[in-house]
Amino acid sequence: MPDDLTKTSGKNEPDYIWPNDDLQLIPDWVYTSQAIYERELERIFHGRTWNFVALEAEIPEPGSFKRSFVGPTPVVVARDLDGSVRVFENRCAHRGAEMCRPAAGKVKEFVCPYHQWTYDLAGNLIGVPFRRGLNKQGGMPADFRPEEHNLRQLGVTTRRGVVFASFCHDMESLEDYLGKDVLEDFDATFDGRKLKILGYYRNTVPSNWKMYHENLKDPYHATLLHAFLVNFGLMVAGNKCAMIVDPSGRHGTLASAKPEEKLQVDDYAKKQMRAFSDKMELADRRFLDYVKEFKSPWSVTMQTIWPNLIVQRELNTLGVRHIVPQGPNEFLMIWVMFGYGGDSDEMVRHRLRQGNLMGPSGFLGLEDNEALKFVQQGMARSLSDTSYVALGDREEGTAHHIITEGGIRSMYRHYRGVMGL
Amino acid sequence: MPLDAHPSAPAPATVRDLRFAIEEFNFEYAAVLDAGKVADWPNFFTDDALYVVTGRENADANLPVGLVYCEGIGMLKDRALAIAKSMMFAPRYMQHQFSNVRILALEADGTIVARTNYVLYQTLVDEKTTIQQVGRYDDRFVRRDKRLLLRARRCVYDSLIIDTALIYPV
Repeated sequence: MPDDLTKTSGKNEPDYIWPNDDLQLIPDWVYTSQAIYERELERIFHGRTWNFVALEAEIPEPGSFKRSFVGPTPVVVARDLDGSVRVFENRCAHRGAEMCRPAAGKVKEFVCPYHQWTYDLAGNLIGVPFRRGLNKQGGMPADFRPEEHNLRQLGVTTRRGVVFASFCHDMESLEDYLGKDVLEDFDATFDGRKLKILGYYRNTVPSNWKMYHENLKDPYHATLLHAFLVNFGLMVAGNKCAMIVDPSGRHGTLASAKPEEKLQVDDYAKKQMRAFSDKMELADRRFLDYVKEFKSPWSVTMQTIWPNLIVQRELNTLGVRHIVPQGPNEFLMIWVMFGYGGDSDEMVRHRLRQGNLMGPSGFLGLEDNEALKFVQQGMARSLSDTSYVALGDREEGTAHHIITEGGIRSMYRHYRGVMGL
Repeated sequence: MPLDAHPSAPAPATVRDLRFAIEEFNFEYAAVLDAGKVADWPNFFTDDALYVVTGRENADANLPVGLVYCEGIGMLKDRALAIAKSMMFAPRYMQHQFSNVRILALEADGTIVARTNYVLYQTLVDEKTTIQQVGRYDDRFVRRDKRLLLRARRCVYDSLIIDTALIYPV
């Protein structure tokens, strides 16, 4: 390729100029550069965004807390005595220790184990041992004011039991942040029923965190990578489906409706989907049952909520996936699987059985993680330096078909604006 | 719970025999999985078996979720089929090692309650060997036609953060 010969900088020392100013080309450095990652922390995770931090069901009572993250930054999510939710940096104001260590628990106050500086449930400093010294010697200076040394507190908002936090203190409402269409599918999952936590999965993926969003803004891969979806009729090219994008381009909902009857797949589509086989049958079809319990035309919605949340409603298996970036080349994913308070024992078991579809050992989930690893390795170890997202040509925004990468282009239009790229 | 405190604690000689039998069972189980013969894996279970792989944080908090959650041999067969025929993942070898086999109880109907520690190594063909999981089996064995079979195997892993994906059965 002649272009490559004239380049003055390679992908390890890029000049951060978007190739051809074209959203069909994505430069590798957005996935691999430490400098870009640091700008993402400043402008995205620590900037004007609402970040998922917890489900309220995880912190049910005053004093309940959860150790969480905004971007890679450790925070504590705690329920205060008045029932409100507080989020503050997990870093002692004294020597900087990441002081809260258990994943979750219940306390009256937070005490740093190093020198026992003590904070209330909102992160306000309430105790400093030997503040007045000993025998009139030492101690904190006379002008020391504890209220000037509270833990850094984040803005907090909740909706239908989901807690978001922001380092930015003049954020728009969550409703305005999500936009009407994304909010509608969010509310279909969080429909007012009390949530019941079913458990956790945690995994790392050796991939850039944005790729996880892109994978769920890429309906094209669903019927190609995921043979399970295709062979068992959950999602086949030709299903009713949509890639819904909010007006800003950053959030999305990948939605599909499971056909009532086994879909008849025409010869063209069969030939395109190499994974398709008429012959595979399940020994236990309960994996695929769909109990209609939502006010939604969709049986599946995968919501990508910028920058760190996936809301999974895959038939009746429900979960939130919390993305915690660990540098440009890896992210941690924390899955909180849930049902609803009124679920029968059988409904809980149905959700657990269907849980086999998702997660780092899920029929679909493990394939995504493997594919994302392949992509990151491809970018890290090759000379070529762009990827090509031209499906659906230049269309952006919501699409009612799946052979498109418009959702990815929408995300990068937003991203480039925020990042100044 | 220490063995002598359990109401249905068997006699020492019985414990020795049971432990030997369970070790033999686990060695065969590992031999099948480590050879990649995943289609034969469901043969170690009863038709109504429960097979769950879950993190220790879930087990400790009585949270029911499974990374893998199979109710009945049909679901085990489907998982085996998906691994063998349908799922996409990078090629790898797996190896199980077992230790600390303990017989916790021999119940009146012959069910053996046992616990075994495991280490599961993973070797991707182009990467160094890693420990994929350290954990324990919480097992319930029954005898069918003089063979031991698993009526329940809960694989409870300490290694809460899974590296990328857990493909093969534990």
